[in-house]
Amino acid sequence: MARAVSRNQKIGWTIAAWIVALVIFFPILYAIITSLKTEQEAIAGFNLIPSFTFESYQAVQSQNDYFKPFMNSVILSVGSTILALIVAIPAAWAMAFSPTKRTKDILMWMLSTKMMPAVAVLVPIYLIFLRTGLMDTRIGLTILLMLINLPIVVWMLYTYFREIPGEILEAARMDGATLRDEIVHILTPMAVPGIASTLLLNVILAWNEAFWTIQLTTTNAAPLSAFIASFSSPQGLFWAKLSAASTMAIAPILILGWFSQKQLVRGLTFGAVK
Amino acid sequence: MNTTFRALMGATALCASAGLAAAQDTTLTVATVNNGDMIVMQGLTADFEANNPGIKVDWVTLEENILRERVTTDIATKGGQYDVLTIGTYEVPIWAKQQWLVPLNDLPAEYQADDLLPAVREALSVDGTLYAAPFYGESAMVMYRTDLAEAAGVTIPDSPTWTDIMAAAEAMTDRDAEISGICLRGKPGWGENMAFLTAMANSYGARWFNPDWAPQFDSEEWKATLTDYLTMMNEYGPPGASSNGFNENLSLFQQGKCGIWIDATVAASFVTDPENSTVADKVGFAQFPNKEGVDNHGNWLWAWSLAIPTSSDAPEAAKAFIAWATGPDYAALVAAGKGWRAAPPGTRTSLYENADYQAAAPFAAMTLTSMNAANTQKASVQDIPYTGGQFVGIPEFQGIGTAVGQQFSAALAGQMSADDALAGAQANTTREMTRAGYIK
Repeated sequence: MARAVSRNQKIGWTIAAWIVALVIFFPILYAIITSLKTEQEAIAGFNLIPSFTFESYQAVQSQNDYFKPFMNSVILSVGSTILALIVAIPAAWAMAFSPTKRTKDILMWMLSTKMMPAVAVLVPIYLIFLRTGLMDTRIGLTILLMLINLPIVVWMLYTYFREIPGEILEAARMDGATLRDEIVHILTPMAVPGIASTLLLNVILAWNEAFWTIQLTTTNAAPLSAFIASFSSPQGLFWAKLSAASTMAIAPILILGWFSQKQLVRGLTFGAVK
Repeated sequence: MNTTFRALMGATALCASAGLAAAQDTTLTVATVNNGDMIVMQGLTADFEANNPGIKVDWVTLEENILRERVTTDIATKGGQYDVLTIGTYEVPIWAKQQWLVPLNDLPAEYQADDLLPAVREALSVDGTLYAAPFYGESAMVMYRTDLAEAAGVTIPDSPTWTDIMAAAEAMTDRDAEISGICLRGKPGWGENMAFLTAMANSYGARWFNPDWAPQFDSEEWKATLTDYLTMMNEYGPPGASSNGFNENLSLFQQGKCGIWIDATVAASFVTDPENSTVADKVGFAQFPNKEGVDNHGNWLWAWSLAIPTSSDAPEAAKAFIAWATGPDYAALVAAGKGWRAAPPGTRTSLYENADYQAAAPFAAMTLTSMNAANTQKASVQDIPYTGGQFVGIPEFQGIGTAVGQQFSAALAGQMSADDALAGAQANTTREMTRAGYIK
C-alpha cells in the first residue's frame, strides 16, 4: 500500500535532493565558472561571477588540438563498450541460465580482479604493449579498457538476465528457437534497459579512465584524460586554462549523461521484467 | 623495349626519391611539463622545423610526477617512446650513471657549452661529461614587499640571516589586512616542502646523512631548523599553510597577501609581471638566508633540462633540437616575440651580461648571485656522502623525502610536535636506508 506523503514532506525532500545534487555537482560547476574567468580572476579567490571571457578556451585550443584526443576518447569508449558487450552477453547468459556449482566463484573471481591496484601490473602490461606493437595505439587501448571493465559488465548483465524467467526461454526452445535466436530475439530485447544502462555506464567508465590511457599513450592514441593532464603545471598558475581543458573534456560525457539519465536510472534500479 | 626501360628507370627514380624523403622525415617526440617557458618553446616549434627540414616535433605534455613515472618506465624497459626528455638536476646524474642518457659532449661549437653557468653545467655532468642541456635553471632567493618593509620600518639586507627574516616577517604581519609576514612551502613532498626545508637545513649547518649514511634528524641543527620554521609559519604564516606549495604561495604573493616569500628564483619573473601580479612594482630581492655563523645559503639548484634517452632511434635529430632549444640564440628568439623578461633564466652567463635583459629583469643580478652561490657537490658545511642541494642525489630520495615531508607537514598542521616529527623522520629514514643497503 502506498504511503501518503504530505505536501510539506514532498517540498522538504525536494529541497534536500536539490541541495545534495548541488553539493555533488558544485566542483564541476565551479570548474566551468573558472574556465570563463581570466587567469587573474581565477587566482583572486572564491568568486562565482566570471567575466565570461573565452580566452582560456582559445589558449587551450591553440596550445593543444582538442579534436584529436576527443576522437580518441570517442573511439576508445565506444569501441571498448561494444567489444565488452560482445564478450559479456554470452558469458552472462551462460552463467545466468546454465549455472554450475562454480559460477558464483567465477563471478567473485572476476570482480576480485577489480580490487587489484592498476599500478601493480603496470610493468608487465607496458612490456606486453611494447613487444606486441600495441603501445600508443587505439586498438591496444580499446582491448585493455574492455578487459578492465569486463567484470562490471558481466556482473550487471548477469543480474539483469537472472530476472528473466527461464520458462520464457524454454518456451522459445519448444518453438524451435536456436541458441542464436534465443540470445538475439528473446533475451536481448527483454534485457534492453539493462543492456542500455550497462552500455552507458561502461562508456562513462572508459571515458574517465585516466591511468592506463596516460601510461600507454604518447601522441597517436592519447584521449582527453591525457589532454587534461597536459595542462597541470608545477610552476605556473594556469587555473583558468586547466578548468577550460577540464570543461572541454567532460562536456561530451556530461551531455550524454544528461540526455540518457532516465534510461540510466531505470536500468540501474529496475530488473528486466519489472 | 626502350619505352619499358624508360618506365622502369622512372619508377626506380620515383621509388628512390620517395625513399629519400622517407629517410629524411624524422619525427621527434619531446616529453615535457606545462611550465610557462615550455609553453613558449612549443609555440616556437615552427622556427626549429623551418631551420631543420625533415625533422618534425611532436609534444607530449604531462603533469610533473606523471612525466617522471612515464619516462622512468619507458627508459627502464627501453621503450623508445621519447626522443627528448625534460628532466631535472635530480634525475640526470642518477640516470647517467645507469647509462640511460646519451652524452652531449659532441654538441657543435656554435652551442657554446662554456657559456653555461658553471654550477648548472656541473650539476648536469657526470665525470666531466654533460648528459643534459639546461633549458631553464633556478636557485632560491628571498622575494619581499618593499612597500610593506618600508611601512614596517624594517630593512632586509642583500644577504640576510634567518634572524633578519624572522624580525621582518613579524613586523610585516598584519592579520587585519590578511597579510602574512612570510609564506613558505608546507605541502608534503620531496620536491615541495622538503626542497625548501632541506635548503633551510643546509643554511643552518644541518645535513641529511653523516659519511656512514646514518640519518641526522636527531641533531641540534635539524631541531633548530624545524623549530624556527614552525615558529615562523605558525606566528607569521598564512592559514592552511600545510597545503601550500609553489603555486599556492605564488598566488598569495601575487595577490599581495605575503610580506616575504622564499622560493625558486624563477618565481621572480611571475611576481614582477604587471599583467598577473598586483604587487609587480613593489618587489625586492635578497639572497637565501643563512644562520649566523654558518657560511651556507642553502645550495638550492635546479635546472629543467633536455636529455636524450639511449632508447631513442633519432639521437642526431634530438641533438639538433636540444642545440636549438638550449642554444645561445634561443633567448633572443623568445625576446623577439615576448620581450626579454620572458627569456628562460638561469642557464647561460651571456644572458646576464645582456644589457637588454638586465634592464627588463630587475631580478637578474640576484638570480645570478644565488645560482653562483649554490654548491651541489657539497651542500652542507659538515662532511656528507652525497651530492645535490635541496635534495639528496640517491634514487631512494623520492620515497624517503616524501615520507619525511609528510612528518614535517603534519607538525605544521599541528598534528604532532617538532620533536615527534624529527623522531619519526629519523626512524623512517633509518629503516629505509637500512633496507636499501646503505646502512650495514
